[in-house]
Amino acid sequence: MDYAAVVVLEILYMIAFIALISAGLAIVFGMMRVINLAHGEFVMLGGYTTLACDRAGINIWFAMLVIAPLVVALVGLLVERLVIRFLYGRMIDTMLATWGLSLLLIGVVTLIFGSSAVSVPAPIPGYQLGTYQMGGYNLFIIAISVALYVAVWLVLRYTRIGLVARGAMQSPEVASSLGYNPRMVYMVTFTVGAALSGLAGGVLAPLTGLLPSSGGAYIAKAFISVISGGVGAVITGTLASSTLYGAISQIVSFASTPVIGELAMLALAIILLRLMPQGISGRFFRDSQ
Amino acid sequence: MRVWPSVGQIRWGWFLLGVAVLLVWPVFADTHTPTILLAYALFALSLGLMWGYAGLLSFGHTAYFGLGAYVYAIAVINIGESTVPLLLAIAIPAAVAAVIGAMMFYGRISDVYMGVITLVVTLILFKFMNATAGDQYVIGAARLGGFNGIPGFAVLNVPGMPEWSLFGTPLYYVAAVALLGCYLICRWILARSFGRVLVGIRENESRCELLGYNVPAYKTAIFSISAAMAGLAGCLFANWAEIVTPSVFSLRAAAEVIVWVMVGGLGTLVGPILGAMALGMVKLLLGEQTVIDNSLILGLILVIVVLAIPRGVVPAVQGWWRGRIRIRAQRAGHARPRRRLATAATRQP
Amino acid sequence: MTSEAVVETIDLTKRFGGVTAVDRVNFTLKERELRCLIGPNGAGKSTFFKCLTGQYRLDSGNGRVLIRGTDVVGMRPDQIVRMGVGIKTQVPSVMNGLTVMENLWLAARRTHGWARSGAEVQRVIDEVGLGDIARRTVGELAHGQRQMVEIGIVLAQDPWLVLLDEPAAGITGAEVERLVGLIAQINRTASVIVVDHDMEFVRMLGAGITVFHQGAVLTEGPPNKVLSDARVREVYIGNRA
Repeated sequence: MDYAAVVVLEILYMIAFIALISAGLAIVFGMMRVINLAHGEFVMLGGYTTLACDRAGINIWFAMLVIAPLVVALVGLLVERLVIRFLYGRMIDTMLATWGLSLLLIGVVTLIFGSSAVSVPAPIPGYQLGTYQMGGYNLFIIAISVALYVAVWLVLRYTRIGLVARGAMQSPEVASSLGYNPRMVYMVTFTVGAALSGLAGGVLAPLTGLLPSSGGAYIAKAFISVISGGVGAVITGTLASSTLYGAISQIVSFASTPVIGELAMLALAIILLRLMPQGISGRFFRDSQ
Repeated sequence: MRVWPSVGQIRWGWFLLGVAVLLVWPVFADTHTPTILLAYALFALSLGLMWGYAGLLSFGHTAYFGLGAYVYAIAVINIGESTVPLLLAIAIPAAVAAVIGAMMFYGRISDVYMGVITLVVTLILFKFMNATAGDQYVIGAARLGGFNGIPGFAVLNVPGMPEWSLFGTPLYYVAAVALLGCYLICRWILARSFGRVLVGIRENESRCELLGYNVPAYKTAIFSISAAMAGLAGCLFANWAEIVTPSVFSLRAAAEVIVWVMVGGLGTLVGPILGAMALGMVKLLLGEQTVIDNSLILGLILVIVVLAIPRGVVPAVQGWWRGRIRIRAQRAGHARPRRRLATAATRQP
Repeated sequence: MTSEAVVETIDLTKRFGGVTAVDRVNFTLKERELRCLIGPNGAGKSTFFKCLTGQYRLDSGNGRVLIRGTDVVGMRPDQIVRMGVGIKTQVPSVMNGLTVMENLWLAARRTHGWARSGAEVQRVIDEVGLGDIARRTVGELAHGQRQMVEIGIVLAQDPWLVLLDEPAAGITGAEVERLVGLIAQINRTASVIVVDHDMEFVRMLGAGITVFHQGAVLTEGPPNKVLSDARVREVYIGNRA
């Protein structure tokens, strides 16, 4: 019984993890059809920001929930102004340029922080679940993930900004006809996406340990989740794919080894993409957002 | 119609010059570094053919490079003589690509989704190979070795004579012949209907379908051919490095070859070759120092190229050169209204 | 099944979600016949067209589509084209980055050998009147010229059935006359179906007309009868629901 609870919690954590790291990329891809391959590095930056703040003595909650998103949002803004905005409509070029950016960011972080792994202590202690020692922080991750998605959904559904955003998701003309400059909408969107990535990185830092190359692991999973989720309904789609991948990967991990769990997830991605070229939302959730 | 402006032709003058340079090089300089540069060039050529002329961007093309390397190593450890391993290093990546390609193209997968799927394939190989440390992971007599890889296997030998190893300068010549041979094969493909249909598919896939061409079959075929060449390049790499590690499947390796092709020039055959050799050289030089990080330079180059020279260096140089010829001709009073046909291969979906 | 029919649809039905775009249509085209399909927007003409070309994947539940007796339901477009069908789509679909000659060459190559393709390309250039623009890149051409290139592409395959979707779109005056002449010429060796909106153009073609309305065939017959039919006028002006 305890074991079942452990399994369930671990699955929920994995789903939350994937959903969290995918959120920023989902917003940007869903809104602008931009595939930001530096997304993983944005997440990594969020983590390193938290680390730096922690070393400087700043309260860790403040660091991960406020400072990390702000810092990465700024980086995102710079990236958008200097690089992305020249490449709209050129999807492959954007992917290549952001791939370059990701390498650049890895290089910069390595210069500043060195290339060995560092860690940030988890601010929530573990607890006992029957005979199992659980990480209390995992629960926080699950909670944050839920809160994040609910917040995004609420904003998209019930606010004016959300309406404009959803309109721009359909086409830039909608944004113009509502009186908003589409370029401005894109700039804000990219910045918000970066902020979400930074938040994910900040919040995950205590759990995953930090390496300049961590971004690589994040981008693969996020990329796969977002594309599988599809362009139809970004939030619902990404949640659906995160759930699927998180669950399968964790279940297989429990049944065998974590490596096989990851391999299972990747294999599932291929099958999913082959069967549903428009992604999950393109197939199932045509009317949601 | 003998000549297709959009596909280009082999310039025999330049080609023979290239052959001459390659032949004579070992007399003047060391062949160790050029050997690997030639292997990189072949790898880039394989991607350049598929991406530039058929419009298929495989994000994880390094999977076939890596497979070629691993297949050679495993096979030569088990067989002892290198001819069959060499052939396997070409055939197995081709076969794998045929399967994956058929799965994608008959399922109408393209553009972004093809990028993801091909990337995932190389990631799967990367993760899998990294996890194969331990004695239970063997194929025949070859231990897969996990992240340490497979060291110490025999280098290519003269076919049929296992004692006559081709290590050193002979390996350089093998690589040079491989590159030149594959270049000629690429040119041949492009001069035939097959290559021209591929260009048509790149330009407008649905129209080619409406012309009666079995588009998925064409795509699968070129994907497989490209993978075969990449596998050959991987085999050469394995012979040069004398060790094969999972890093051949990494995200980084996947990015590198794409950068080489882009910087060199998409839509040409020579561009990727030169791009790979130049940037491969940069990578080797950077690898020897630790002041500036490798990633930083590579990333910076990629960003700058995408923003400033989106079509790559070789086409930009060609355009500049033709512009100068035209200006000079106009100044000399000859009216040479040569229309420069727009032949840019577009990367965008 | 009529033995002379080059195209025959039996109870062809195509739905999108809740909308029935083509509703149990029975249509017949005889050998060497030229037929125009007309009807207001949303009447189902283009959907019908795409069912014939294989651009909409059909299955047995959609009815039957026979081209020279062969049921093409479930076939891919390239398979249908290989039977000998030439297709021009509603939005001009040509290879913009290639020259006119290269476009024509690709079209001709599949049905003619390597040696004869060049001659075939020249023949089409002369017939359609593309001599001036033969070496130009298609993407640089005006819309009307691109339409003509696409007609040329269709011709170069030597089809015995030609399906044209809005060939007169975006062209006017002398070009339309030229198009009418070309279609008449094509009709000498091939059966032709033309889908179009332009009533002047349809009148000029002077061929049998099938009128679509709300996914079904409203009426069909010779031009003078159909075009003077009050129901047809109503359907276009919109008096009837």
